[in-house]
Amino acid sequence: MSEIELKNLTIDFGGFKAVDDVSLTVKNGEFVVYLGPSGCGKTTTLRCIAGLVKATSGEVLFDGKRVNDLTASERNIAMVFQFVSLYPHLKIRENIVFPLKARGVPRAEIARKLDWVTEVFKLGDDLDRYPAALPPGARQKVALARAVIRDPAVLLLDEPLSAIDEQFREEMRWELGHLQRQLGVTTIYVTHDQREAMSLADRIVLMNNSRIVQVSEPDRIFFDPVDVFAGQFIGSPSMNLIDLVPVDGGLRLGDSGVTLTAAQHDLPAWALGSRRPLKLGVRPLNVHLVDDAAQGVPLEIDDVFSVGRERFFSFRIGEAVHQGVDKRASRTGAATRVRFDPSGLLFFDAATGRRVTGEIAA
Amino acid sequence: MSAQSHAQRQAKLRQQSSGRLMIFGFLSPTLAILLFMVAYPIFSLVYYSFFNFSALRQGAMKPIGLRNYEFLLTDELLWERFIFTGKFVFICVVLQMLIGIFVGYQLQKNFRGRDLVFTVLMMPMMLSPVVVGFLWRYMLNSEWGIVNFLLSSIGLSKIDWLGQANAALWAAAAADTWMWTPFIVLLATAAFRGIPETIYEAAEVDGASPAYRFFRITLPMSAPVLFIALILRLIDSFKQYDLFVALTGGGPGSSTETVSFAVAKTAFSYFYTGEASALAVILLVIIIGLSMILVRHLQKMGEKF
Repeated sequence: MSEIELKNLTIDFGGFKAVDDVSLTVKNGEFVVYLGPSGCGKTTTLRCIAGLVKATSGEVLFDGKRVNDLTASERNIAMVFQFVSLYPHLKIRENIVFPLKARGVPRAEIARKLDWVTEVFKLGDDLDRYPAALPPGARQKVALARAVIRDPAVLLLDEPLSAIDEQFREEMRWELGHLQRQLGVTTIYVTHDQREAMSLADRIVLMNNSRIVQVSEPDRIFFDPVDVFAGQFIGSPSMNLIDLVPVDGGLRLGDSGVTLTAAQHDLPAWALGSRRPLKLGVRPLNVHLVDDAAQGVPLEIDDVFSVGRERFFSFRIGEAVHQGVDKRASRTGAATRVRFDPSGLLFFDAATGRRVTGEIAA
Repeated sequence: MSAQSHAQRQAKLRQQSSGRLMIFGFLSPTLAILLFMVAYPIFSLVYYSFFNFSALRQGAMKPIGLRNYEFLLTDELLWERFIFTGKFVFICVVLQMLIGIFVGYQLQKNFRGRDLVFTVLMMPMMLSPVVVGFLWRYMLNSEWGIVNFLLSSIGLSKIDWLGQANAALWAAAAADTWMWTPFIVLLATAAFRGIPETIYEAAEVDGASPAYRFFRITLPMSAPVLFIALILRLIDSFKQYDLFVALTGGGPGSSTETVSFAVAKTAFSYFYTGEASALAVILLVIIIGLSMILVRHLQKMGEKF
């Protein structure tokens, strides 16, 4: 187990900065999840920690020691790859003990460790099979067993569950979290799936365009996003983002002619008087229908659909389509009143996209 | 119910048989050619091997049973041909596999000019064995060949490459290796490059040294392909004939005559057609044996992957 530190890490692929000035400390035993869209640099960061990609500048430290110049095999890391990387010509048993054999561990200890992981991962029946005979989920389990068999300083997981069936994925996710807590191994996990990130992480590192956007605990990243990207990337369906125009006694929603009044929506004074253009971020779960004609704002329902127990409705402000949640929503109630939950209103600087919680210096 | 299923069965049977007819229809031109070009010659080969017969004297054809085989298998001179062929095959296959795998491993990496190097390397394989034979014959000429010129220019004595039985064996093996190593390189490179990058990355992360990776990952994972290459080279060098015609003419004496060479000589110099047929049958059986190993191996590969 080790503490991993990245200092101003930059990785340049011939002019394209895949990772741009990333700094982060992963504490001993912590489970950190890198989350972000495809191509944001999260996998490259992970591969750099592994030693499979060289840093252009900046440092990677394991327990305070610089490891930039060590190869992957010298770093005492273990890694599980997105696509199955078991050795197809070796039986499961041989696959699992490969890292021990490669390092010349004594045979008795290999046998002892094999017994241990076989028990932890319940692999007894599969030991004498070849990888091709196993379903994808079981193969990833073997890859994980191979990774943890030699007490690595850090466990690196590159979208390990993305190639597995939905049903088995849930189970594996649970087992993975359980195992990590049991072993207490420092773990860095890369995913683009926010559900995985939310359920596994001690801390989430949100990346976009090669940079870290936000580092925080899973629930804080949902309720307290630092910018428009964080707000919209986390949560499904996505956060509504609406232009705000300051008008007398409130804020008008885009060019709709609908105004949120200060009194009704608890609008902060600085927002009403803001000299810079703002955008309103509000999650669908904070947008409801109201019966009371005195409440909410008049809007027209565009469409209605259900996802499981949730019933969503959409409405238009100008060209943009937004969503709310209400189980009473039906297509027939075309003209209706919509209430924006005052506690769920987030304000962003329209120019920079940064979250605003007080008056900004112009 | 049973009547209906009976009708269904009938329909299915009709469908199947018309399908078979069509398959046979498509195959028949090829079958006809094979029958004429392969089956008939093989049949007559086996047939003549039971006769004391010379193609020059069509009338005098005497059935002698297995006497041709008896004579051949007890002929010490023929055993020498087999031993020479065996030596040649062994040297060729070992050299070609080792060099081929080494060069193939270097060529699997991407580097500038890789395609050019690859193309140049493949060129010997494109030549006709007779051309290669003459090329090496000139290079190895004891008086004015470039090899002896180079040897003498660094102060070594000239070697009569093609005039001594042992030197001629190595000269022929060198020519065959020069010509056919590219084939191993080609297959080995393809096999090595077919191993996914993540496998190597996983091995590196797992702490395997480059040598460990080569022997535990690269070689075993490409073994099926390398094995095919080996068997193909085994069969091919076993049959080698034209290279020797051009390079040594079987000499000095008859010391570099392969078994194939002996077949040709018996058949078309001495016109012992019956005896040559029997020898060709023996050769055929050996090669079929080797091919069977190859076919069984390919089938196993098909099951595994």
